[in-house]
Amino acid sequence: MRHTAVEEWSRGASPLHRLNPVAKLFPLAVFLAALATAHRELPPLGIGLGLLLVTGILAARLPVLGVMLRGGVVLPFSGVFALVSWLAGDPVRAIELVLKSYLSALAVLLVVATTPVPALLHSLERLGVPAFLLTVAQFLYRYLFVISGEAYDMRTAAAARGGLTFRAASGALAVLFARSYSRAGQVHRAMLARGFTGRFVPMSPPRLTAVDLLFATLAAVAVIVLRVAVERLA
Amino acid sequence: MHIPDGFLSTPVWAALDAVAAPVVGFVARRAQRGFDESKAPLLGVMGAFVFAAQMINFPVGAGTSGHLVGGALLACTLGPVAASVVMTAILAIQALVFQDGGVLALGANVLNMAVVGVLAGYLPYHLWGRGRGRRAAIFAGGALSVLASAVLALAELLISGVRMPGPALSVSLGLFVISALLEGAITMTVVSALEGIQPGFVRQPSTGRSFAMTALGIAAVLLAAGGVVFASTSPDGIEQLAIQAGIHKPLAGYGGGAGLAGIALLYVVCLAAGRVTRKRST
Amino acid sequence: MAPVIEVRGLRYRYEDGTEALKGVDFRLQAGESVAVFGANGSGKSTFALHLNGLLSGDGSISVCGIEVNRKTAAMVRRKVGLVFQESDTQLFMPTVIEDVAFGLLNQGMAPEVARERAGIALDQAGMSGAAHKAPYHLSAGEKKRVAIAGILTLEPEVLVLDEPTTFLDPPGQRALASLLCNLPQAKIVITHDTQFALAVCTRAVFFEDGVVTGEGTVREIADRFRWASPAC
Repeated sequence: MRHTAVEEWSRGASPLHRLNPVAKLFPLAVFLAALATAHRELPPLGIGLGLLLVTGILAARLPVLGVMLRGGVVLPFSGVFALVSWLAGDPVRAIELVLKSYLSALAVLLVVATTPVPALLHSLERLGVPAFLLTVAQFLYRYLFVISGEAYDMRTAAAARGGLTFRAASGALAVLFARSYSRAGQVHRAMLARGFTGRFVPMSPPRLTAVDLLFATLAAVAVIVLRVAVERLA
Repeated sequence: MHIPDGFLSTPVWAALDAVAAPVVGFVARRAQRGFDESKAPLLGVMGAFVFAAQMINFPVGAGTSGHLVGGALLACTLGPVAASVVMTAILAIQALVFQDGGVLALGANVLNMAVVGVLAGYLPYHLWGRGRGRRAAIFAGGALSVLASAVLALAELLISGVRMPGPALSVSLGLFVISALLEGAITMTVVSALEGIQPGFVRQPSTGRSFAMTALGIAAVLLAAGGVVFASTSPDGIEQLAIQAGIHKPLAGYGGGAGLAGIALLYVVCLAAGRVTRKRST
Repeated sequence: MAPVIEVRGLRYRYEDGTEALKGVDFRLQAGESVAVFGANGSGKSTFALHLNGLLSGDGSISVCGIEVNRKTAAMVRRKVGLVFQESDTQLFMPTVIEDVAFGLLNQGMAPEVARERAGIALDQAGMSGAAHKAPYHLSAGEKKRVAIAGILTLEPEVLVLDEPTTFLDPPGQRALASLLCNLPQAKIVITHDTQFALAVCTRAVFFEDGVVTGEGTVREIADRFRWASPAC
């Protein structure tokens, strides 16, 4: 299984990439909350926020069209609900669903496309997320592509034989389960071999520089100013 | 069902985030068992397994196929607490890396799928997993985990005011039932196959301690439901739900202030509940 | 001079009852490199896992004069560096630098110092640009170099490598051979690759069905047990 596009994007070297992840998460939270709590003047707000995001994509030296398309993964889901809302006589809700879900997804995508996942997960600990949960998530991500690769091979082999029956698919999953479980055991041994004592000793997190703080503040302020301006000027 | 951002009304997503935070903290502490983090790699790797398992298609007929969701399977192999942590990690990665599910909506999705879904998946196994109805119990677990989380998600959407006229509602519920039955079947057959490889993989349902987990799960559901209802400041949503459920008396007379107070109270209650149960288990 | 590793009468039985090791005797002197040949399932990897106390069987093992048991395991693991066959098992941390620093941090080193030492180890392995990469993005040869860097930074006295050339292409194998030849530590190299063994090791032992049935130079053992690569 190939790495996702997001993985490759996150390994860039733009100024946005080099920011401390916390400096990106804070304005993201402000963005999401400002969007979620807005109910008036959504189209102009949406355009404004969209332009902010496009500016971010350009600053991150990422392909604008590619990123905007990738953010559209949420659209099939929200599109269906929007259609139902429209047909039920609530076009405002329909627009709201599509606009909010897409822009929110795009904002999250921009942050993840400029921050490698391990660094992102490490930074969440500073924000109070339980360390154990984050360690689990780190291992999950570490082995995601390894085990997906095995599943992909199984699927390809099965396709060559004309696909799997229900029973055979269960068997395949059970084998994948057993292999994964066994791999976890080997990882544990490898950890013990290098002196694991039961606790993962963290490396020191990156410091928050003045640039980080400046960016975080400016980006958050930009969002708030935009929201206030749109509602005032309308 | 992974709820994206923009669907839930502010009182709903905020209240559910506030409830989810201490619950997740509690579950993570339980899974960690003191200071030992050596289970983290196993849980992480099995989370990767669940992701990868989505690639294996189970033919259902008429050219369609489904795949494993995994909550119930994890619950009867790793135990409900570990399963809950794994599902939470999966949901977090899905929301952040794949934009499958919103970030503000994570509290809702975690409660629906990683807490209620896992517990609903484990409960039948816990109650009937020893006797002759074992396979049926596992099937029921798989089905219930999907059904419970889907129904909860639907309720949250309705209360948020998302339009779901009668026919759409029926179709949704119908799809939920089909997915639930499929998950039950997949979970049951995979567990059988696992026992063929190594019986030790599927743990015997334990007594005692998991009762506390069950109680906490039910409490979490009630609190979440109560929180959502009381904190919601959109009476229209409640009326909608009530009318669609056949109850015609609209709930009247509460405003935003009451909603915020409700959220705050809820948060304090959950934190306290988390602390109390932690003291009892150590 | 006392051997760096001394194994006497090692027996080990798996949980399901199969006897993997049936009385292994083995000796490793300081600075020497020994190849371990044997068919799949003959007990080579199981043997390796005993050398740093990951498995414990009957009989005696002593490493640098320390008897290997549960209490001494932590100390022994500082002396014996084990490089697993599968690099994805060995490199389990999210990024390369975190993986190389893992052992150092476990030994109680301060994070800043550990980071610096890990950086130096990566430089020496020629992998300094990869510090913040995820291991998944590295080639097999690069992963092996990082794995060895992670072990060497702990300054073990003995290196045990389990089938290190699996997944490596010929240039990768040559690079690895050259790296190993320049290391002063005593080495045990489990391998199927006779050419690689000839390049790196002086002595060889042959495992067969849980016991050592032959000992000599690499060439002698390879000839005696017909352990060369196939030729039509």
